Amino acid sequence: MNENIVSVNNLSVSFDYQENFLSKKQKIKAVNNINIKIKKGSFFGLVGESGSGKTTLGRAILGANKISQGNVIFHDDEKDYDLTSITSKEMKEYRKKAQLIFQDPYAALSPRMTVRDIIAEPLEVMKITNSREETDERVRDIAAKCRLNLEHLRRFPHAFSGGQRQRISIARALVSNPKFIVADESVAALDVSIQADILNLLKQLQEDLNLTYLFISHDLSVVAHVCDIVAVMYLGHIVEMAPSRELFSNPRHSYTKALLSSIPSIDPENKSKAIELQGEIPSAMNPPSGCVFRTRCPNPTHDCKEGNIVMGLKEVSPNHWVDQCCVNCG
Amino acid sequence: MTHLLEINNLDVKFDTDEGRITAIDNVSLTLDQGKVLGIVGESGSGKSVTAKSIMQLNPGNTIYNDNAEIIIDDENVLKFTSKNDLKKIRGGKVSMIFQEPMASFAPAIKIGYQMVEQLMIHKPMDKKEAKNISIDMLNRVGIADAEKRFNQYAFELSGGMRQRAMIAMALSTMPKLLLADEPTTALDVTIQAQVINLMKDIIKEFNMGVIFITHDLGVIAQVADDVAVMYLGSIVERGPVNEILKNPKHPYTRGLLNALPDINNLDAPLKPIPGNIPSPLDRPSACVFRTRCPDPTHDCREGNTEMGLIEVSPGHWVDKCCVNCG
Repeated sequence: MNENIVSVNNLSVSFDYQENFLSKKQKIKAVNNINIKIKKGSFFGLVGESGSGKTTLGRAILGANKISQGNVIFHDDEKDYDLTSITSKEMKEYRKKAQLIFQDPYAALSPRMTVRDIIAEPLEVMKITNSREETDERVRDIAAKCRLNLEHLRRFPHAFSGGQRQRISIARALVSNPKFIVADESVAALDVSIQADILNLLKQLQEDLNLTYLFISHDLSVVAHVCDIVAVMYLGHIVEMAPSRELFSNPRHSYTKALLSSIPSIDPENKSKAIELQGEIPSAMNPPSGCVFRTRCPNPTHDCKEGNIVMGLKEVSPNHWVDQCCVNCG
Repeated sequence: MTHLLEINNLDVKFDTDEGRITAIDNVSLTLDQGKVLGIVGESGSGKSVTAKSIMQLNPGNTIYNDNAEIIIDDENVLKFTSKNDLKKIRGGKVSMIFQEPMASFAPAIKIGYQMVEQLMIHKPMDKKEAKNISIDMLNRVGIADAEKRFNQYAFELSGGMRQRAMIAMALSTMPKLLLADEPTTALDVTIQAQVINLMKDIIKEFNMGVIFITHDLGVIAQVADDVAVMYLGSIVERGPVNEILKNPKHPYTRGLLNALPDINNLDAPLKPIPGNIPSPLDRPSACVFRTRCPDPTHDCREGNTEMGLIEVSPGHWVDKCCVNCG
């Protein structure tokens, strides 16, 4: 049996872009030549700034974005689903097994449906249950696991706070008994006191239901706390990937180092200045040639500055992968 | 010595269809020139309403109490009603930076025009002079090609750049008081670090007073001199930043600090504050924190206590009910 649940091989996703209807069509590569393997039962973290391709990668793994190159394989117990050659019947099966939790719990829930209907909808759409009694049973069961009361089920989303709404979103994602969950910035819209509660709930559910997560976030301290393994993305590339403790105690890529030093310290006496990166993330429309990080690298090698480098991950210590160009920089 | 800003006994209520909501309950605070006061709290705690009260930017259904005072330069700005008076505080003595830089620029008007327009309203100067000052400000906040940016629209700038332009615009009238409402929340961490460093330099250079509103305690630790922690419209703890973050006395402040994932201690479990923030429609009577307090005293649980700050050590004020709790 395969120990991985998802394998992503040389995956690229590009979008067509046309400035206006007369100009030539361009391709924007949002995700570029990504290789990752997500182990069963792991909490896989994906960090990066806005525009780095985190969400696109997550959506491509769920089959919600077209794959331009490479493939994504979902390893179920008996069967492998290859998303590049999947039939629509298989796709329906796959949807039951892989689900998504969204960022904004205020936008993700229909204001006109009761909480019971919101949670039950996936069961009805995917025709998982056969009778209303069975549906209700499943809804009550998952609601209890997500710490929602029975009386909550009759109400509408407007009656709930942000944290409760996020629990409803989680219940809806989990009701079809999926094995793999993509949590896209699922705590970013919540207050800190509630954020900790949702993170603990996700951890608890992982144990209870044997889940595997792809956890997408821009908040490094959150990722450091919940994830086993973390990949750092920059402009469509993974630039560093390692078990979280290793990554946060011993970052090798200058981008990871800059990200870590940018987290404002809670200690007022620790006014150590962040490693300031020059400028901002370049547009994906014309990314730098060679190493994509070279325009912001604090100390690029000569070859890198000239754009003569080919990107690719290199294992510097067991399971710690860094872009081969930037190992030598800064 | 007189303070730059003094708020006394401010209550703010909103009339809504569901009833009258208390947004701010008896808030008093002071701010001196050259100091940064951080206001922290969760959503709905009244941080922004406090700041907007200073500029009277709250919506029409707002009710202020009669004995509230917001004093800037010996004048109670809450009593201002005429257009000329309001102009003095809105953009004159006081400027504000908002959270979402995309939403705060008019999308169809060039950035330069917006900067010149507001400068000419507040300062007696001609267009050319205003343009020079604006471009100079854009340069100072670290925008490359300031002259080119001056003639661009907000959508042509990236998020960090827009926030810099917003800061340049707010500072161009040389306000005495700057209200920064979550100025870095919408930005990526690397850009946030740039903007925070920029703001620190500018605060020093212009020697203004700043109210810095954020929910991020890390940002507060880095920029503020004093902190006020707000919960459901009340200040529950107030004092120098070092004292508040290292020696918090209120269970809510402690809860916020514990709930924060600490990157230097990955083994520490995440401790949420139990319960949810009550809806403003059913604000708890007496001590507002009692529904979430981990260890309330008997009197507090019954709602028999009164709120009010007492000084536990020099400059460190805590709600008197919660000093005795958990």
